[in-house]
Amino acid sequence: MSIAPAVKTPRTPLAGSRPSGSRPQRHYGTHIFLTVVAVMWMIPLGWAVFTALRPKADTDKFGYFSLGGTFSLDNFVQAWNQGGFPRYFTNSLIITVPTIILVLLFASMMAFAVSRVSWKFNVTLLIMFTAGNLLPPQVLATPLFEMFKLLQLPYWFSDSGSLLNTYVSVIAANTAFQIGFCTFVLSNYMKALSADLTEAALVDGAGIWRQYWSIIMPLCRPALAALATLEVVFIYNDYFWPLLLIQSGDRLPVTTAINNLQGTFLSNYNLLAAGATITVIPTLVIYLALQRHFVAGLTLGSSKG
Amino acid sequence: MSATLPKARRVRRLSTPDKVVLGVMVGVPTLIQLVLVWIPTLLSILLSFSRWNGLTLSDIRPAGTANYDFVFKDSPAFWPAVQHNLLWLGFLALIATPLGLLLAVLLDQQIRGSKIYQSIFFVPVMLSLALVGIIWQLFYQKDNGLLNFLLGTAGTPQAVDWFGDSSVNIWAAMVAATWRHAGYVMILYLAGLKGVDASLKEAAALDGANAVQTFFRVVFPAMRPVNIVIVVITIIESLRAFDVVYVINKGTNGLELISALVIQYLVGEGQSIGIGSAFAVILLVISLVPITVYLGRTFGKEGKA
Repeated sequence: MSIAPAVKTPRTPLAGSRPSGSRPQRHYGTHIFLTVVAVMWMIPLGWAVFTALRPKADTDKFGYFSLGGTFSLDNFVQAWNQGGFPRYFTNSLIITVPTIILVLLFASMMAFAVSRVSWKFNVTLLIMFTAGNLLPPQVLATPLFEMFKLLQLPYWFSDSGSLLNTYVSVIAANTAFQIGFCTFVLSNYMKALSADLTEAALVDGAGIWRQYWSIIMPLCRPALAALATLEVVFIYNDYFWPLLLIQSGDRLPVTTAINNLQGTFLSNYNLLAAGATITVIPTLVIYLALQRHFVAGLTLGSSKG
Repeated sequence: MSATLPKARRVRRLSTPDKVVLGVMVGVPTLIQLVLVWIPTLLSILLSFSRWNGLTLSDIRPAGTANYDFVFKDSPAFWPAVQHNLLWLGFLALIATPLGLLLAVLLDQQIRGSKIYQSIFFVPVMLSLALVGIIWQLFYQKDNGLLNFLLGTAGTPQAVDWFGDSSVNIWAAMVAATWRHAGYVMILYLAGLKGVDASLKEAAALDGANAVQTFFRVVFPAMRPVNIVIVVITIIESLRAFDVVYVINKGTNGLELISALVIQYLVGEGQSIGIGSAFAVILLVISLVPITVYLGRTFGKEGKA
């Protein structure tokens, strides 16, 4: 099965299906079931937002399971300032942006080489890349940690004297881990592009780099957009690598730092809920703005048979 | 499906500069993948047969199979961890994945508001597993969590600390993981269902098959590529179920998992790189099973061609 259609597939073709509707079913049972499940689905996050909107004084007075008291955004302001969110969000940005650029650059180069040029180790390398992405990260965590620790670096580069406790270490680990998946997806996408495209360019005397950069890459824009969206969410949501590789609390990205919120906001559940809700906001923005790309990215990897 | 003839011609036409460019395009990503993923994985295997405190390389001593002897015979956490990993897999495979499939099938029948339902079920997929842990922590708390209020046990001696009580916390954590996994499965199956040829369903209906028969005998088998991906994702997610338990209590007290044991032996007090690596190798061996199956399915056809 080709992956190219998956990107263009419009979501639920509601409009087109109505007129032909040979069976105008009502689906009452389905709606009842889906509504019940949907309400249950919203409860955990809804409870967090509800708790976050109430001042601690009110929940102490009326209890958490009550409607009494006022609602305000004070907890969000307080959590933002006390929880060190500006620092953590900056760290997330410092880690996420270079990772995405490196992953897409390396993965697209690799995908181009294995899908558009025929040579001996094509499939072997592609298998190696795909398998690497499927490993649980804990399998290689210990040696990677030790390698980074034993690598001597000048102090102007890293105050730990090694790769540990640097943004670079997290960027490197994430890049290595995500390249495999993106190479797999992009190579499928590039394979579906007509061979005539690069044949024609070859006749015109275009070198490999121009074929890659000027011909194939522009055609891969839908796949690149989908993968970029997906990878932003993946990297932003990555909890493990910073946990392993970064020791200073002030260098942690948001997702790993929320672990510390439980200690910072000890027993003040209103602030903890506000902090948790704040960390949802960036993914929620991506969700609202780029949901189509995100879903396309998720399904891109799976539609290859 | 590009013909083999032009491929052969293309290779011969590569000029020397093109070969250099191609070498860099393949070499850099491959080097990253080897150094940061595959060499550490091999080192995990080597370290699992050694005794090391992790200080300097000269401290490494051969240990034979002593680490594995300890893991299988004396480690108090190993067998509970294996059980929990299996339980996690069973829960995702028997409850979360079928729930996701059910939601996809219901939402695929062009019912009104399908998009709204989809969006609701999809929100948890955007969240990190670490954040899922925090959000459910607020829901599960002993004295102020919503669940105990709903059960009427909050503030009474019967109140359950869902994440703290070692007899129930694995179940509570799996429910939280289901919240995210089911939405993921739903999205993949929604894409898969759209790919099923509508004439197949019509033919089955003409033959007198009811909706359930049509689904299980015709539609579900036709989604074979997606089914394989879902099986692999479910197995790998259950091996990777690290973030949730680590946020809750670092994978102790009823929440032991193999992946968490690796990290405990790396960063914990009784640090032993050898034993941690033995856990990592066991995790590697188990995860190679689904990875091999998946790669065989995906690349089997190409390898032969």
